[in-house]
Amino acid sequence: MTKKLDYDEVREVALLARLELCDNEVEEFATQLSSILEYIEKLDELDTDDVEPLAHSLPIKNVFREDIPRECLSRDEALSNAPDTDGEFFIVPKILDDNSNA
Amino acid sequence: MANIKYKTLIGLEIHVQLKTKTKMFCSCPTGFGGEANTRVCPVCLGMPGVLPVMNKKAYEFSVLAALALNCNIARFTKWDRKSYYYPDLPKNYQISQYDLPMSENGYIEIPTDGGETKKVRILRAHLEEDAGKNSHATGNYSQVDLNRAGTPLLEIVTEPDLRNGREVRSLAQQLQRIVRYLGVSEADMQKGHMRFEPNINLVGEIDGKEFKTAIAEIKNLNSFRALERSVDYETNRQLEEYLETRKGMGQVPKTTRGWDADREITVHQRSKEAANDYRYFPDPDLVPVVLDDAWFEQIKSRMVELPLAKERKFISKYGLSEYDAGVLTSERSMAEYFEEAIEAGGDAKRVCNFITQTGLKLANEAGKSFVDLGIEAKKLAKLSQMVSDGDINASAATSLISKMVESDEDPMVLAEKFNLIQKSDTAELEAIVEQVFAENPQAVEDARAGSKKEKKSRGFLMGQVMQKTKGQANPKVVSGILAKKLS
Amino acid sequence: MSDNILSLSCKQLRDKILAREITSVEAVEAVFNNIEKVEPKVGAYVSLDKDRALDEAAKIDKRIANGENPGLLAGVPVAVKDNMATEFGTTSCASKILADFKAPYTATAVSKLIDAGAIVIGKLNMDEFAMGSSTENSGIKQTYNPWNLDCVPGGSSGGSAAAVAAQMCFASLGSDTGGSIRQPASFCGVVGLKPTYGRVSRWGLVAYGSSLDQIGPLSKDVTDAALMLNVIAGDDERDSTCVDESIAPAKDYLGELDTPIDGLKIAIVPEFIESASDEVAAAINSSIEVYKRQGAEIVEISMPHFEYAIATYYIVATAEASSNLARFDGVRYGHRSDDIKDYMGVYSKSREEGFGQEVKRRIMLGTYALSSGYYDAYYLKALKVRNLIRQDFTQAFEKADCIIMPVSPTTAFKVGEKTQDPLEMYMADIYTIAANLSGVPAVSVPCGFDKDGMPIGLQILGPSFQEDKLLRVARMYEVNSGIEYRKPAILD
Repeated sequence: MTKKLDYDEVREVALLARLELCDNEVEEFATQLSSILEYIEKLDELDTDDVEPLAHSLPIKNVFREDIPRECLSRDEALSNAPDTDGEFFIVPKILDDNSNA
Repeated sequence: MANIKYKTLIGLEIHVQLKTKTKMFCSCPTGFGGEANTRVCPVCLGMPGVLPVMNKKAYEFSVLAALALNCNIARFTKWDRKSYYYPDLPKNYQISQYDLPMSENGYIEIPTDGGETKKVRILRAHLEEDAGKNSHATGNYSQVDLNRAGTPLLEIVTEPDLRNGREVRSLAQQLQRIVRYLGVSEADMQKGHMRFEPNINLVGEIDGKEFKTAIAEIKNLNSFRALERSVDYETNRQLEEYLETRKGMGQVPKTTRGWDADREITVHQRSKEAANDYRYFPDPDLVPVVLDDAWFEQIKSRMVELPLAKERKFISKYGLSEYDAGVLTSERSMAEYFEEAIEAGGDAKRVCNFITQTGLKLANEAGKSFVDLGIEAKKLAKLSQMVSDGDINASAATSLISKMVESDEDPMVLAEKFNLIQKSDTAELEAIVEQVFAENPQAVEDARAGSKKEKKSRGFLMGQVMQKTKGQANPKVVSGILAKKLS
Repeated sequence: MSDNILSLSCKQLRDKILAREITSVEAVEAVFNNIEKVEPKVGAYVSLDKDRALDEAAKIDKRIANGENPGLLAGVPVAVKDNMATEFGTTSCASKILADFKAPYTATAVSKLIDAGAIVIGKLNMDEFAMGSSTENSGIKQTYNPWNLDCVPGGSSGGSAAAVAAQMCFASLGSDTGGSIRQPASFCGVVGLKPTYGRVSRWGLVAYGSSLDQIGPLSKDVTDAALMLNVIAGDDERDSTCVDESIAPAKDYLGELDTPIDGLKIAIVPEFIESASDEVAAAINSSIEVYKRQGAEIVEISMPHFEYAIATYYIVATAEASSNLARFDGVRYGHRSDDIKDYMGVYSKSREEGFGQEVKRRIMLGTYALSSGYYDAYYLKALKVRNLIRQDFTQAFEKADCIIMPVSPTTAFKVGEKTQDPLEMYMADIYTIAANLSGVPAVSVPCGFDKDGMPIGLQILGPSFQEDKLLRVARMYEVNSGIEYRKPAILD
């Protein structure tokens, strides 16, 4: 029987999820995720054409804050958990491609 | 030579930072500058276990801006997560809006040559949070500053209705005026408050054969000039490239190009082979916004007369030139000041000149806006009347304006104090004219009506009268006397 | 003396501390003495801070000596699951990727415990990022069931349940996304309450499935669960999904607790009981008799979409998790791989090294479910079925005041028994997941032991924001069941 997910698809998903899987994991996940997805197809038994999706069990709306500034963290606090900093910035290896979006 | 017909299709993706005091989902202060990573808290740093809470002001600002852009405002809107990994994006997803944006289907009117306006359609405008900033200044590493992360942004997407750099620039300037009028953004391009990313391609025919170039998106534009130049550069570049390669949309991928401001060219940055998979889904940490009638009316009541409407009114009602109307409406405070001065009895053209010629020069020197010079509008109106009444001449008015910046005294009091009141006493001026006539018989001869040198000589005599009165003679009265005596 | 202290409930201990019969310092000492003895076998804690606990206890004692009342949990030693941020110590979520993380904020629920006078003595082990049903997915250590050290304590709040069962704290906080409070409570023979979604603030709770996660207490008895809920329930301006007092005000959950339940309608779904193991089914059936004897009316109902809950859950929860866990990237905090060539490696290497297998599996599943081309087939479909499941509950609560069913099909299983097949492990969540999908509150109450002496839990589910009624039904079982009190042999 063919798997729901082949190795290449697993690698694609891993890339999206930023997980550098080893080959063993790719194999393992292809098998396990395929069987989980097969199980999940159970949902197709249900006709949901006229059903509204429910993202949240709560019927609440319009929760806001007022536009009033509060104290920030100090820079030392902000950087205190960082694996690499120069005392002012978080540091990462040089970014060569521009993937910024906003 | 090939027979080429084409048009340029330009759509804009615009990000406008909203001028709230705090960020969109946390209470950190917003603002340009500041030491790196000092305007951050656990929420905008994306620390584990923290939760966003929506800034009400940011939503209201976005509704106001969308109304000004003639958009349909959604009564139900929600927040979605847009996922992508980048060091300036702390949670590695951006809180944005996907399928139910807060507004859609609007337009912005831009002036075109000849006093016409053009409607540029707006596909949607939605609210989202800004990312931080990566900088790559030194060494083999990049620095991440998250001060900007979480600043509220209004993203506006236009239809590809623009055709050239001038139109793009015009739209950008209109938008800047609009959001400044509304007080929802500082909209300073240099500071990144307002960012434009044009999407450009060409469609047309070469020797009767249709062609389409691949879309290029231009980034790094931080001035109106750059915006205009880059679009025009890119249009020509695409045409030349197509003529050379004959490869267009479908054969060449969509690309991102950066504007190199020094060389004034666009530079290839990357190809977008496949669409990014942003995996949008509703943010479970936030609840939807439902805009009811009462709240909507309350927001609508904060709407002001928009710059283009004011500009047209200034032209049609007050007879100002397009240029002057444009200058006066460039800032809401100045436009409203102008209207206040007219209301107080000032002459439109004269008040306009006071503001645009003298006032703006003084404001510029002082590094302030015109309104902040502190001259009361009703005093400027009075100054205008003084000129109309012949109490002072135009150059006296100019010098009085700078005195009014320094003094709260009435312009008439100031004019007297500085001896700028014109002599309009006919008897006194007639005596001076007689004296000038006596001293310049030849000129008097030449100035008789019907003489060849009439105009020139009358001017000379007028100059002599002015000299004798140290410029304080009312020229209208003097020329009346001259006319009578020389007829 | 020490042994006497340890067997007290929170409420009893608090009353004695307030009456100055026992000091908080003595209670902390007693707990730590027991921890020294038992913890090496059970392994419930990720971190403990005795010095801090004693300092805080001394402060409470002093306040009481000064005539103050420090609050509902005055001087009571408690502990919290390690996915709740605390300004003291570390907050690891039992993950290598967060092993040294020091939060500059404290979860609201934990702050409320502290504000009520409780002494938070340490942080409890769990399945990494609350993903699991056995605490075998902890990236830090294994926790064992105090009733049988060969067995798992359940999960993901395994440490929270084991610590209460082994008297290493008087009550604890856990979090429940698909049964993570109720199932370990059932496996360890303690009471575990998952409040209604939105009842307790999630601020500071490291998110797994944000629309499902809810913090709740694990305690020795139902009264303590109500007491703990009194402390932690309520609005929080920092959590948009925590309900406003104007919509559903928090109640005094102790108020009606001991009111008899005659006339109440209790629903059962017969096939749910039949599908459990024989011993679990027998225990549930006898609990039905307990209720009948008290004058409750038992009504049989059906919940036709219940069987789709697992499939729905493993899409909704993993989709949310794939996004929630994106922030663990080795840039601002947490593990960063040493083996990095470029900035992409900071992400993909650090995450590969820092996350355990189950976490990666769920991130992969959730990423896939949200990816373009699959969103409608998986995620959107799951949200629609979620609505159908909620409708099942709405209809059920039109017919009855509450529903009872097992917590888990079996009692605690052996360590290592189910780790090979993730799907098999997921299937064991069948009874607990639906409450999270529909937001309703549910409680697990001890209802007997199997032939090997392992505890069995009875699950009671109620309508949203009616924890008062739910706890009353639980309390009336506890009072009237006549189940003999036992404590784990390791405490002897």
